[in-house]
Amino acid sequence: MSILVNKDTQVIVQGITGREGAFHTEAMMKAGTKVVAGVTPGKGGQTMLGVPVYDTVKEATNHHRVDASIIFVPAPAAADAALEAAHAGVPLVVLITEGIPTLDMVKAVAEIKAMQNVRLIGGNCPGLITPEECKLGIMPASVFKKGRVGLISRSGTVTYETAKALSDAGYGISTCIGIGGDPIIGTTFKDLLPLFNEDPETHAVVLCGEIGGSDEEDAAAYVKEHMKKPVVGFIGGRSAPKGKKMGHAGAIIMGSVGTPESKLAAFAEANIPVADTIDDIVELVRARLG
Amino acid sequence: MNLHEYQAKEILAKYGIPVPPGKIAFTADEAKQIASEYGDLVVIKAQVHTGGRGKAGGVKLARTPEEAREKAAQILGLNINGFITKKVLVAKGLHIAKEYYAGMILDRVSQRVVLMLSKEGGVDIEEVAAARPQALIKYPIDPHKGLRPFEARELVKRAGMEGNLNKLADVLVKLYQAYVGIDASTAEINPLVITDSGEVVAADAKIVLDDNALYRHPDLTPLREFEAEHPLEVEASNYGFSYVKLDGNIGVIGNGAGLVMYTLDLVQRCGGKAANFLDIGGGAKADIVYNALKVVLKDPDVKGVFINIFGGITRADEVAKGVIRALDEGLLTKPVAMRVAGTAEEEAKALLQGRPVYMYPTSVEAAKAIISMTGGTK
Repeated sequence: MSILVNKDTQVIVQGITGREGAFHTEAMMKAGTKVVAGVTPGKGGQTMLGVPVYDTVKEATNHHRVDASIIFVPAPAAADAALEAAHAGVPLVVLITEGIPTLDMVKAVAEIKAMQNVRLIGGNCPGLITPEECKLGIMPASVFKKGRVGLISRSGTVTYETAKALSDAGYGISTCIGIGGDPIIGTTFKDLLPLFNEDPETHAVVLCGEIGGSDEEDAAAYVKEHMKKPVVGFIGGRSAPKGKKMGHAGAIIMGSVGTPESKLAAFAEANIPVADTIDDIVELVRARLG
Repeated sequence: MNLHEYQAKEILAKYGIPVPPGKIAFTADEAKQIASEYGDLVVIKAQVHTGGRGKAGGVKLARTPEEAREKAAQILGLNINGFITKKVLVAKGLHIAKEYYAGMILDRVSQRVVLMLSKEGGVDIEEVAAARPQALIKYPIDPHKGLRPFEARELVKRAGMEGNLNKLADVLVKLYQAYVGIDASTAEINPLVITDSGEVVAADAKIVLDDNALYRHPDLTPLREFEAEHPLEVEASNYGFSYVKLDGNIGVIGNGAGLVMYTLDLVQRCGGKAANFLDIGGGAKADIVYNALKVVLKDPDVKGVFINIFGGITRADEVAKGVIRALDEGLLTKPVAMRVAGTAEEEAKALLQGRPVYMYPTSVEAAKAIISMTGGTK
C-alpha cells in the first residue's frame, strides 16, 4: 500500500517532447513508472520513448486509462496545461514547472479546487514517489527505498537527503510527496495527512516544512486533533532574515506570519518533535518506531 | 521586483486612480525648479527601495521653492537603511482631511488576492494589524469574478470610511484592475487621502511585481534599477542564481533552495554566520559551480566557503570539476569546506583527492570545520 500512486498507476506526460520532459520520462520509465502516452500540442502522431504523443489530453484519455499526469510544460503555458488535464478528467495532476506567474496559479488552483475528484500537486515541486512502484517526479529514485515512513516536504534536495537517511537507516519510504515551494500550490501538508493516516503501510510521517505561510501551523492543528501515527517535524530557513525571499518564492517572512517561532510553537502544541538536523530526523523516527 | 513610489503612482494614474502631480529631481536645483512650477506647498520624498523613509528624514514639506531646494539637498545622498538616496519625488502638497489605507496582497491561506482596508491610514499598517486587528478589513477576491463595484462599496461602508462612497469604491476596483493588469504581488495605497475639497487621492503608493510574470510586461522590465540592488545580487542574477546577501562571513553554495536554507541554519546552529544564500539550482554543470564561486568570493566579507551538495540531477563530479577549475585559476584564495553526497559522489571524491579542498562526510562536520577555519564562533 501507499498513497496516491502505486505500481498500477498509468501516467501521461504533458510536455514529453521537450528537453526536460523527455529526460525525466526516460528516468521515470527506468524507475518502473507506467508511462502510457505523452501530450504536446502540435506534435500529435509522433512516438516518443516508445509511447504515442497526442495533441490534447482529451485524446490521450480517449485512448488510454489515465490515472495521473505529470507536467513539464514551460511556465507561461503551465497553468493552462494543468487545467487541461483536470478538465479531461485526470484525477491526479502533478505540476513540476517552476516560475509560473502567481496569478495564473491563483486562478488555476481556485478552478481545480472547485472540481470534484481532481488533485493538483505543485507547481514548482519535485513530484511524488512510491519507491519501487511509481515515480511521478524528478527525484533520484536510487535514494528512495520502499518502507514505512510517509514523507511530505516543501523542498527538493532536503527531501532527497531525508529520504536517503531514512532509507539507509532501514525505515524506507511508503510515499514521498514534494508539495512545492511556491506561495500558491494545489496540495498542502494538511491535505495529505489524512491519506497517510488511513494508509496501513505508513507507520510514521515526517513533515519537512520551511519558513513562510502557515501550512505547517494548519498541519499541526490536524495532527493534534486527528493523527493516529507519530509525526516528526523539520523547519528549514530558521536563520533567514525577515522580508527576504530565500530561493523559494514561498519562503519569506512577512510580519509575524511565516516565522519559525510560530511554526515551532504550533508543532510543540501538537506534540510534534522537531529535528534540528536531517540526521536528527532519523533519530526521532527511531525513538518512535524503534 | 520593487517599484519606486513615483513609478507606482504612474501606473495607478494609468489605471485611473487620482495621484498628486509630481516630478523626479536628481539635484536640489531641479527640486527648486519643480516647486516653483507648482507654486504652492510641495512634499519632497526620497525614492529608495526601503520602508521607513519618513522616520529616517527622507520625507519633508516645503512652502517655497527655496525651501524645496534646501530640503531636497538634505534628502539627496541620505542613507536610509543602507540605501543611498539618489533622487527625490517633488509632489504637490495635499490639504488632507482624512488618511485611509487600501492594499492588496497575495494571501497564501485563502490562496487569493486579498483586499485590505482600514480607516487608520498613514501609519505602518502592520502595527495597526497587530494592535487592533478589527481595524483592518480583509477581503479575499474571487479570481474569476474580480472585485465588483458593489463589493467595493460594501467594503468601504464596512471599514467605516467617510467621504465620497463612489469615488472610494472606484479606487478599489481600479486598484484590483491594476494589480491584475501588471501582475503585482503587492499594491498598496497608504495613505489614501480625502482632501479638504473631498477629492480621493493616492498620496503614497507601493507596488511589488511578481518576478515570474515579468516576461508578460516588457514595458515594466526597464523599471528595474540595478544600482538600487546589491551589486553581487545583480551579478548573481545575471548568472541565473538565486542569491541573497547576508551579514556573516561564510560564503554558502548549495543546490536547491531548501538545502541552502538548511545549510544557513546549520552554520548558525554551529555558531557561525553565513555571508550569503546561493542556490546553483538543479542539474548544474562545472561552469555554473565555477561562476558561483566567483560571485561568492567577490564578496569582501567572505572569509571561507561552504559548498553543500546533494547529488540528484546535479552530479557531484560536475561540482568537483567546477571547484578544480577555480583552484587551477587561483580563484580560491579562501578556505573551502565541502560536503558532497548522492549521484557521482565517489567520482567527485576521486577528482578532489590530494587537492587543497577540505571534504567532510556530513554537513554538520563541514559547518563546524569552516567556522573554525574562518575564525571560530562569535
